[in-house]
Amino acid sequence: MRPIATTRSATGIPTGRLAVWWVIASEIVIFGGLLASYLMHRLGHPEFAGPDFAGATTTWIGATNTFVLLTSSLFAVKAHDAAQKGNGPRAANFLWCTFGGGAMFLCIKAMEWTQEISHGYVITKNAFWSFYYVAAGIHASHVIGGMVIMAILSSDVRNNRELQRVELIGNYWHFVDLIWIFLFPLLYIAK
Amino acid sequence: MATPIHEHHGEGDHGAHAHDDHHHDPGFVQKYLWSTDHKMIAMQYLFTGMFMAIIGGYMAYVFRVHLAYPGVHVPGFGQVNPAEYNSLVTNHGTIMIFWVAMPVLIAALGNYLIPLMIGCDDMVFPRLNRLSYQIFLLSAIVLIAGFFVEGGAFGGAWTSYPPLSAKAQYNNTPLGAPIWLVAVALEFIAFLLGGINFVTTAMNSRAPGMKMFDMPIVIWMIVIASILFMASVGPLFAGAIMLFFDQTVGTGFFDPNKGGDPILWQHLFWFFGHPEVYVVLLPALGVVAEVITTFSRKKLFGYRTVLFTSFATGLLSFFVWAHHQFIAGIDPRMANVFTVTTVLISVPIAEMMFVYIATLYGGSIRLTTPMLWALSFLVAFLIGGVTGIFLGASGADIYFHDTYFVLAHFHYTFVPIAILAVFCAVTYWYPKMFGRMMNETLGKIHFWLTFVPFNGIFIPLFILGLGGQHRRIWSYENFPELSRPEYYSLRHFASISLIIMLVSQLIFIFNFFWSLKAGKVAGKNPWRANTLEWTADSPPPHGNWKELPTCYRGPYEYSVPGRESDYWPQDEKS
Amino acid sequence: MSDHGHAHDHKGHGDHGHGDHADHPSYEKTYGILLVLLLVSIAGPEIGIKWVTLVTAFGIAIVKAYLVASRFMHLNIEKRIVSYLLLAAVAFLFLFFAGVSPDVMKHRGNNWENMAAQDEVDRATTEAHNAPAAHH
Repeated sequence: MRPIATTRSATGIPTGRLAVWWVIASEIVIFGGLLASYLMHRLGHPEFAGPDFAGATTTWIGATNTFVLLTSSLFAVKAHDAAQKGNGPRAANFLWCTFGGGAMFLCIKAMEWTQEISHGYVITKNAFWSFYYVAAGIHASHVIGGMVIMAILSSDVRNNRELQRVELIGNYWHFVDLIWIFLFPLLYIAK
Repeated sequence: MATPIHEHHGEGDHGAHAHDDHHHDPGFVQKYLWSTDHKMIAMQYLFTGMFMAIIGGYMAYVFRVHLAYPGVHVPGFGQVNPAEYNSLVTNHGTIMIFWVAMPVLIAALGNYLIPLMIGCDDMVFPRLNRLSYQIFLLSAIVLIAGFFVEGGAFGGAWTSYPPLSAKAQYNNTPLGAPIWLVAVALEFIAFLLGGINFVTTAMNSRAPGMKMFDMPIVIWMIVIASILFMASVGPLFAGAIMLFFDQTVGTGFFDPNKGGDPILWQHLFWFFGHPEVYVVLLPALGVVAEVITTFSRKKLFGYRTVLFTSFATGLLSFFVWAHHQFIAGIDPRMANVFTVTTVLISVPIAEMMFVYIATLYGGSIRLTTPMLWALSFLVAFLIGGVTGIFLGASGADIYFHDTYFVLAHFHYTFVPIAILAVFCAVTYWYPKMFGRMMNETLGKIHFWLTFVPFNGIFIPLFILGLGGQHRRIWSYENFPELSRPEYYSLRHFASISLIIMLVSQLIFIFNFFWSLKAGKVAGKNPWRANTLEWTADSPPPHGNWKELPTCYRGPYEYSVPGRESDYWPQDEKS
Repeated sequence: MSDHGHAHDHKGHGDHGHGDHADHPSYEKTYGILLVLLLVSIAGPEIGIKWVTLVTAFGIAIVKAYLVASRFMHLNIEKRIVSYLLLAAVAFLFLFFAGVSPDVMKHRGNNWENMAAQDEVDRATTEAHNAPAAHH
């Protein structure tokens, strides 16, 4: 039973969407803190560019993952578009496509990490790899979280219920994509 | 965007009645343990916080008796060895800040007051609210679990600096250290989630007619505090994950031999740690504002002044953090910058004190128990603030850092925040929460027996700090210059004052529970105050009002010239 | 009750003006631009000039972020307070970096030196020079 409080909107922004913006703002500072800390180390340790450090990340795998996430973001926004038009089943289908993109991202990452770990690039090898696994790991956990929420929402959405939530999970998903848009050059390109 | 509000207002009546229909009697579990009602969740936070306060207070008792009488068998604990001492002081600090001050001032008061003071029926996300409490409760359980694992609870100070906190070979608490960290991280998550509820509710769900500048100051303060928390905790949360990996897996985020840097942790911690003190200060200031306006029957001297000052303080609080690190080896040029900003931040706070005093001036003062607590806050916080200036000057801090001077300074700020303002809030809103009045006589006795001994504890500690007594030392027996009899006299005085203060809390506990059944029935508005919570029943039912109120004016219209009554509730048409 | 609330929220989206596609760029077009930018950012390092790499890598990241934020997250039609809020969060990160990097990023300063960090940098750089075996 939803309280009346939830339906009010003195700011003009629907409550759910406003809340997601606050979540995103606080996540910006969490990830940002981690990435700023990484950046300080990277700039102070030029040896991070070496073959034992960032030199060993595989750019094309990172690029593929970027492509996968960008595509899943497209699906997410198309889901929102369908929800806007009141088409629940179409929105739900696009949500599952987004979910699929997330799953593919995770599979590629799993293979990538397996390869790296088997070559001895483990989390304790040096500070670069510690940051690499923690940053990408926290990002991946957010990907998983987003996928779980999408799965939970999809049945309601398919039945044309709670359609506004498609935009909300979409915004969250785009944010997860945004983090990766910055992680990719940091860890894979600007070595 | 006025239209949606009116539509919802119409819906309001409909919704309120729908609530009544669903009101068949909920069972004990549904009502007390699994509720989504903001008032019940507030009570859960309040009682958990008060329970943790007893634990934190007990720890202080143990180590203070030990410090005054080294080697003694402390009644109710035993002899205190160095490792236990470290765990006690670490967890005393951690508990008091994260598990007492924050849950009571922000979570309990925020949950209870925000919907009632802005005129709506609950928080915007009641189930998320319940989840926030459950995560918080879990965090408390995890923290306490640390005491029962092998090696005992973490003893690396509430600031948890590596390498002491990162390596078990140094801290000797291989399980306790990560457990402590997980507990703190869970608490952060609980407050992040709770903060979302508070900010969104205050922004969106105000009563029709309640503009942003009609909200009571305490609501603004809790909202600003939530925003400050959300903005500052991010890097530390990342840091906590990094430290956890250092502890458990052996990464080197803070280990220079592996390419890391321990100073990074200090910065991550204090970037949060300094705004954190304002996170707890602002709600306390808000409570004091509500109480002094009600009991001087006067408008707040400058509503917008207080508000903009709070924004400025909040913003400035992000620019002062390294004053905790003046002698840690930071670049001296940075120390200059932080000295300037730190001394600067005393200006807005001092200004707020002046505004409060100006509010009192010329008012019709009623010295009820809540008012005594509010006034004592002003006195004690003044001492805390002034002594902070000595510490903010980096030159003086070279001497003062890590002495008891620092400790006395921050207790003269934290005790007003976590104890004086909390008692102020509880005694003020008790009639609304429970429908009964607390006993005034007992309230006043409790007040004096708390406030006077409080000073008895910490003034000696200022003197000891000036004399060079350093913090976090198990025993001063090895330091001849600190083992002088005069110093021990001061320690005895402080510890005995603490015992008196702790025992006096029994009066409050008795008053609290006795008044639940035997206090005078309170009625809706025993204090004749203006804000919206006093228009609901005492205690308010589920949904708070049968018909949600409309707001017509600001919250501090007391003693308005030309009106017969000396107060003018916000929901009264004219 | 749930449909009730939703019907309102759903109409509330009307303020987005999404019904007609005429007034905003198509999602597919934006996606296309993002892919092109991705390719450019991968090609950047191939040129080998350091500043080019940095500009393509991070400059493009910022552009991509702007596109996703404004067009996919609809910040372009959201109330401006939200953009200010998010930019404020980013501003705090700049503050954090500015305040902390003099101690963590730099290894010497006014009357101080971080010997451990300098030693580690030297050690790792010499190791890299002595064993230039490429792993891939």
